[in-house]
Amino acid sequence: MKAKTLFDKIWDSHVVSSIPEGPDVLYIDKHLIHEVTSPQAFTGLEQRNLSVFRPGKTVATADHNVPTQNQHLPIQDELSRLQVQTLIDNCKNHSIKLYGLNHPYNGIVHVIGPELGLTQPGMTIVCGDSHTSTHGAFGNIAFGIGTSEVEMVMASQCVLQAKPKKMKITIDGNLDKAVSSKDIILYIISKISASGGTGYFIEFAGSAITSLSMESRMTVCNMSIEMGARGGLIAPDFTTYEYLKGREFSPEAENWDHALAEWKELKSDKNALFDKEWNFNAEDIRPMITYGTNPGMGMSITGNIPQLNFITEESRASFQKSLNYMGFEPGSELIGKKVDYVFVGSCTNGRIEDIRAFTNMVKGRKKANWITAWIVPGSKKVEKQAKEEGLESILNDAGFELRQPGCSACLAMNDDKIPEGKYSVSTSNRNFEGRQGPGARTLLASPLTAAAAAVTGKITDPSDLI
Amino acid sequence: MPIEKFKILESECVPLQAENVDTDQIIPARFLKATTREGFGDNLFRDWSFDKNGNRKNDFILNNPRFSGKILVAGRNFGSGSSREHAAWAIYDYGFRVVISSFFADIFKNNALNNGLLPVQVSDEFLTTIFLQISENPKTKIRVDLQTQEITLLSNGQKENFLISHYKKECLLNGYDDIDYLVNLKDEITEFEKKHH
Ligand code: SF4
Repeated sequence: MKAKTLFDKIWDSHVVSSIPEGPDVLYIDKHLIHEVTSPQAFTGLEQRNLSVFRPGKTVATADHNVPTQNQHLPIQDELSRLQVQTLIDNCKNHSIKLYGLNHPYNGIVHVIGPELGLTQPGMTIVCGDSHTSTHGAFGNIAFGIGTSEVEMVMASQCVLQAKPKKMKITIDGNLDKAVSSKDIILYIISKISASGGTGYFIEFAGSAITSLSMESRMTVCNMSIEMGARGGLIAPDFTTYEYLKGREFSPEAENWDHALAEWKELKSDKNALFDKEWNFNAEDIRPMITYGTNPGMGMSITGNIPQLNFITEESRASFQKSLNYMGFEPGSELIGKKVDYVFVGSCTNGRIEDIRAFTNMVKGRKKANWITAWIVPGSKKVEKQAKEEGLESILNDAGFELRQPGCSACLAMNDDKIPEGKYSVSTSNRNFEGRQGPGARTLLASPLTAAAAAVTGKITDPSDLI
Repeated sequence: MPIEKFKILESECVPLQAENVDTDQIIPARFLKATTREGFGDNLFRDWSFDKNGNRKNDFILNNPRFSGKILVAGRNFGSGSSREHAAWAIYDYGFRVVISSFFADIFKNNALNNGLLPVQVSDEFLTTIFLQISENPKTKIRVDLQTQEITLLSNGQKENFLISHYKKECLLNGYDDIDYLVNLKDEITEFEKKHH
């Protein structure tokens, strides 16, 4: 039999049928929904007089558009309140499980899926959110879809999807102490560009990947979309099984043994062919930071922004426009530059490991007095754990507060907006113009780099504080 | 919902000469609070189009009366970022029916096609020529023929073919949408479920 990649194996086993010269009908095991991209899909369904085909395979949460303070009170913003209420009503009418605001399982959709054990190896998972790629860290096919496709899944538990090409990215070697998985992925995107993965599904491999925790693997897969890829995945291994064991929706008893036996088969065959391969060396990766307005515009934190003559002629105007927006000069360095805001959170870096990393670095230090910092846990469970582990009190001692879960300043739909012209060192995933609020200037970095900025008030190499 | 049929479009163009136009520019997140599909066109490219007091910025291309038409021409890597279909809705609602670029982000392309907005991918060279012609003459017209998969710059007759999946082409030509197709497949899907676990 022809050697297959892990991606092929999962994809092929989920194809219900193929349209000649067209896409595949791909069966979806798990559909995650939230308040922002689902209402129009429910309306569409109702206008067609259809009901949700397999409501038991859909799980909902409210995350994008919720406040991160005073969640026990009614949502102040009228439109946000209506959107969250619409989700509640739709879920009720269609018998869909909802982990709404204040539910102990509530949180960012890509944080709760894994931590509840809803996300499992070998599955197909979709959500009306591009960072659905996060779930691929467990060795499954997970990708973001638009609202019309959300409606398709509701109507039929399938999406029509053309099979992407396959890319393999291997990172071997040992990571420096100050380097985290966020730096790995920012490094890769800076090398292959914000569109270098378009048309592909990526498998990440190599010793620098397999040595990562599940949380860190999720950070890598999360940002595969930022190079344009449909998604990224990592073959499940012992770390994956250990993480999933005993979670709320993980298989139990003999089901666990059965699942485990299946999961152990989930890897690319030795001679499987990829359409494209990249190899990187972990030792080359330093703490990273972005200087521009797409995630590919990243560099080592101690580096210099490229000079204009390093940029191809066609891209020069866009490059200059981007630097103008950021208020930076070509060729300049960022280290020592004053910043105003620090945001720790999002589905990229809002998990317990991220809050821990940040807390460990600020422990015994103080927040710089001009910094506004938002530390936003990715879920209720993360919030609870941070309290139980005593992280909250360490944060408080250092002048920080832990907020309540939600997407928050990652996309600034709620009140957590960075003001115009202000610099924000952010652990989220997008530094697009205005992403964190109109005129906001975002520098993407790891939780450690965010911590270093929070206590010094400036862009600081976290290696100096370890 | 059934989508509007698309066969041939001949129109003037609006040139947006920027690369990596992401979905946060097309429609910023703060406008995603709506629970219906309508009205997003008003906020298309909101932060490029309006200043913070809500006044139109005259230097932005959509506000330049010299350019109009149903075709948006944009730089490389259009539509990257979020999966928000609101981006496609906003462009369509504003009145565009075609977006031309030399490279599109995947999810955006799907979202556009699912809403009757045709993404036409051309070569970098052709894109440069189109921009050049429009800058010389803002009334430059382009003809997009879906049946023959041909895009023609009417000012000089230059042509290029574009790719589109056969299935999506049929859907657009006939105004079919995917959900009807999938709903008709329910028996097959149920059979698949039995085997699948
Ligand atoms: S945290 Fe940001 S990227 Fe993640 S789901 Fe929320 S808005 Fe999307």
